[in-house]
Amino acid sequence: MSASQPTRHLARDPRQRRSVVLTVAMVIFTVYSLMPLLWLIINATKTQGSLFSSFGLWFSGDFSLWSNIVGTFTYDNGIFLHWLFNTLLYVVVGAGGATILATLGGYGLAKYNFPGRRGVFAVVLGAVAVPGAAVAVPTFLMFSKLGLTNTPWAVILPSLISPFGLYLVWTFATDAVPIEMLEAARLDGAGEFRTFFTISLKLLGPGIVTVALFAIVATWNNYFLPLIMINDPKWYPLTVGLSQWTAQATGAAAQPIYNLVIAGALITILPIVIIFLLLQRYWQSGLSAGSVKG
Amino acid sequence: MASMTVAAAPPESGSSAEQALRKDRKRWTGWLFITPFLLVFAAFLVAPLAYSVYLSLFQQKLIGGTSFVGLDNYKAVFTDEKFWSALRRVAIFLLVQVPIMTVLSLIAALGIDSGRLRGPGSYRILLFLPYAVPGVVATLIWGFMYGDKFGLTASINDLLGTHIAPLVSSWILLSIGNIVTWEFMGYNMLIFYSSLKVIPQELYEAAEVDGAGAMSIVRHIKLPALRGSIVISIIFSIIGSFQLFNEPNLLQPLAPNAITTNFTPNLYAYNLSFAGQQINYAATVAIVMGVITAVIAYVVQLRGSRKETM
Repeated sequence: MSASQPTRHLARDPRQRRSVVLTVAMVIFTVYSLMPLLWLIINATKTQGSLFSSFGLWFSGDFSLWSNIVGTFTYDNGIFLHWLFNTLLYVVVGAGGATILATLGGYGLAKYNFPGRRGVFAVVLGAVAVPGAAVAVPTFLMFSKLGLTNTPWAVILPSLISPFGLYLVWTFATDAVPIEMLEAARLDGAGEFRTFFTISLKLLGPGIVTVALFAIVATWNNYFLPLIMINDPKWYPLTVGLSQWTAQATGAAAQPIYNLVIAGALITILPIVIIFLLLQRYWQSGLSAGSVKG
Repeated sequence: MASMTVAAAPPESGSSAEQALRKDRKRWTGWLFITPFLLVFAAFLVAPLAYSVYLSLFQQKLIGGTSFVGLDNYKAVFTDEKFWSALRRVAIFLLVQVPIMTVLSLIAALGIDSGRLRGPGSYRILLFLPYAVPGVVATLIWGFMYGDKFGLTASINDLLGTHIAPLVSSWILLSIGNIVTWEFMGYNMLIFYSSLKVIPQELYEAAEVDGAGAMSIVRHIKLPALRGSIVISIIFSIIGSFQLFNEPNLLQPLAPNAITTNFTPNLYAYNLSFAGQQINYAATVAIVMGVITAVIAYVVQLRGSRKETM
């Protein structure tokens, strides 16, 4: 606190360093961040009737979490399960492919000084600034000419591009894979791809996990693209399906199923939150090491 | 095996032709790594962009079908009051929401990095969680909480005697701003925090030797180190604001009077192509928005990096 105190002492005494003002600010931030999630959990336990009649931030009525979950999975011949499966498909193929392409490309940009490298880099960085949504409508028009709309490919193919992922691998690989190690592998006679698979991939681990996680979130949460590409509810991802369930609650032939929307929303966010919590050590170190410098 | 012997042999024993070949092959190896990405990039980003430029030069007429009209669609955009009011709306949104969110994210990142909190790691992960929540779900939750059906806003009004109505037109932009801030504050915090983590320890030690206090360390070491990530985060936020779609689109059924079909430029383009069947004009609107966004992002990036060198 005061300049007269020896700094070493300051660093050692943890009680001295706690700040009440900062703690209060952080608690407010945390309440703000968690309150809607708390609302979701609490209201997933209510019947449709008590949703309307009770205070939003406390439990009320019969504890119906289980029957809401069962209702979510069985409503409309189990369409929700289709949506869950579709989302998984889009994530595994789309985000998985995006991660592989970004890893290869980012590594190539970081470790090889090939002719045209600067041009490639400028184009890709420029593409980070091209808003995905601006491309979505023309992509739809192009895909409908090619007969790809209303198929899983319409969602998967555009998800394969992740300029930001490539940028992350590029910055990460610059530091994480020492050029001396590559030179040594070359002297030992290992080919470039063998070096990549046996040595570089391991070193790139945290960076790849980070890129994969952000690609997974982007695909899991994707809404605009499947909304315009997919007409058949059988191919909806969870996000579009949930928004359709909400929409059917208003309008002329209103059939509100708010309790199922809320339980479905909870089921939609659980896997991704769990993935983040389980892998946090890896993706956080990947983000720090590959973070933007200067 | 052949390449192995060549590589292992001392330079003078290999023929110069072999060496040149090897060098040349290595020169192009980078292309092998980047080509798969570029192919997908060309097919699903460059091609749709080019196609939409092509589309924007045509018009569908009731009689005579599709015909080439040159820049007529662009002229129409510039006098289209629906487009400009949408653009004004997202510009106002941008000017209010982005600074608030950026400052809040900065405070959170500096707080967690300060070493003056108990369990900083848990704040970091808890604040980040909303980013993992799909925008659809986030909007649903906030939409329900805003609405009077589920009692939360009504309960607060009863309790405090206020008349908060988040879904009427005078409040709706603020209500959407709150949702967007909730979704992305933690993400920006984490990006800032990662940049703070890579500040070399020696800088702090030097500052302590100079007797610098916490605030002056923030001002002279941490904020300058954050400049790059702040610029990037602001660019992403600008792109996000100009492309605003999910939140207004999902809130629309709850607030039909407040959210019009041209509430944001993106919503306008969407409604033009899917409800209005005006595909060519929709492509033009998307291109104009893309160009405006790119220009502003570029200017911000230029200004950001110029300050850095000063």
